[in-house]
Amino acid sequence: MGLNQDSSNIIVVSALVKKFKAFTAVDNISFEVKRGEIFAFLGPNGAGKTTTISMLTTLLQPTSGNITLNGSNPVQDKDGVRKSFGIVFQDASLDDDMTALENMQYHAILYKVSKDIRDKRIEELLRFVELWDRKKDMVKTFSGGMKRRLEVARGLLHHPRILFLDEPTLGLDPQTRNHIWNYIKDINKKENMTVFFTTHYMDEAERVADRIAIIDHGKIISIGTPGDLKNQTKTNSLEEAFLAITGNVIREEEASGVDQLRAMGRMWRRKR
Amino acid sequence: MSTVYILWLRQVKKYFRSRSRIVGALGQPLLFLVAFGFGFGSIFQRAGGGDYIQFLAPGIIMMSVLFTAVFSGIDLIWDRQFGFLKETMVAPVSRLEIMIGKTLGGATVAAFQGLLVFVLTLFVGFRPYNLLMLPVAVLFIFLVAILFTSLGIAVASKLEDMQGFQLIMNFLVMPIFFLSGALFPLEGLPKAMEIITNLDPLTYGIDGLRHSLINTGKFGLATDLVVIGSITAVLLVIGSYFFERIQA
Repeated sequence: MGLNQDSSNIIVVSALVKKFKAFTAVDNISFEVKRGEIFAFLGPNGAGKTTTISMLTTLLQPTSGNITLNGSNPVQDKDGVRKSFGIVFQDASLDDDMTALENMQYHAILYKVSKDIRDKRIEELLRFVELWDRKKDMVKTFSGGMKRRLEVARGLLHHPRILFLDEPTLGLDPQTRNHIWNYIKDINKKENMTVFFTTHYMDEAERVADRIAIIDHGKIISIGTPGDLKNQTKTNSLEEAFLAITGNVIREEEASGVDQLRAMGRMWRRKR
Repeated sequence: MSTVYILWLRQVKKYFRSRSRIVGALGQPLLFLVAFGFGFGSIFQRAGGGDYIQFLAPGIIMMSVLFTAVFSGIDLIWDRQFGFLKETMVAPVSRLEIMIGKTLGGATVAAFQGLLVFVLTLFVGFRPYNLLMLPVAVLFIFLVAILFTSLGIAVASKLEDMQGFQLIMNFLVMPIFFLSGALFPLEGLPKAMEIITNLDPLTYGIDGLRHSLINTGKFGLATDLVVIGSITAVLLVIGSYFFERIQA
């Protein structure tokens, strides 16, 4: 790393804490994300993933600690930070009573995408996520997967340097999940855009991320490439690594059917 | 500026798209006009008050402005519940611009609804005394619309969900309406009641509208304008203050 460590890191977080009254949601975490890398926060629901993203993206005030995002501080220079990232929230954040096109235009104007490139960029992205044919339809008529794709397109509209994705594929079928990740990886390569995502799907973290931070109970327990994490724990899969590191399997509150079956299978295997 | 415009445009577009909401919101004023207007008309006349429809119409117009404005402001809660607020709050624009855009959008919608009710009153027999005073009437309608939209936004910034909605309705909006002199003259009220009506901002809005539409009233146009103007300014500041502190 050496001297140019600072310029190669697009996100630097040190000793970050967020308390809600007596409850500590994020407990003294520090990490760096390199420019152009795909970085995953892997952990169960309630681990503090969304709270961390909220602080990185100016939506929540940290209790203490320091954040630098693309050279700016989200507490002091909110607008500077806001310009540099796009975000896909965990819950839907589209206006259901507007068309896909109107949702995009609203975003373009808020982010001051200049008039002469606005329409071209919107068309390009809507074609990219295969929603151009549905651009004049109200968002309320869209399926969950289509809404997610539209949100991804919207998050990319203003050429962000960092794309935050909070559980981007939660509740989506495997085909749509693949689809969305293909778009994102494509843009990550083409535009050297940094991607920061949270997930509680092990396979997703392993398949997509360059580096993974395992987070539980508000603390980062381990950071490394999927290979590092496996080597470190001398295990063969990330799932086993996670078990070895945290001492428990991932807690599922909104587990998909497949995940539940897998969990049951594991229980049966252990009993024998 | 473009931020204010796009937020305004969104409110207005959504309003004109929900035709059923527009028509539905005309039902209550019409009912009030007919039931009170014709129901109390003869008593009002006998008591020497003159034509009750003439007296009542400005009150009912402002009632619909009040309701529509407060609800447009409270709309914010839906935006929060459906997550759309986050999209706006995470954008690199000042909170003040967002607040202004939202207020102007809500106020435009409420003022338009008020004008629709004005047209409705004409069918029930209401006749303004001087058409040249109509711009003044529109000014009052718009000011009152801004006032109560910012009140709605201030309230919505403090509410987590629609749970508190009934509370707002029964302990804020209804008293503002019923204690405003929309339905009865302000002269000869018991002292306590007079004090309460004088504290109600809607009283001055309706008084101003009566001055401009039927050339009667209690306080005088200038007083009404100053009171409404300053309360609007104060509420805009309070609304912005609360709005800026929303943690979406």
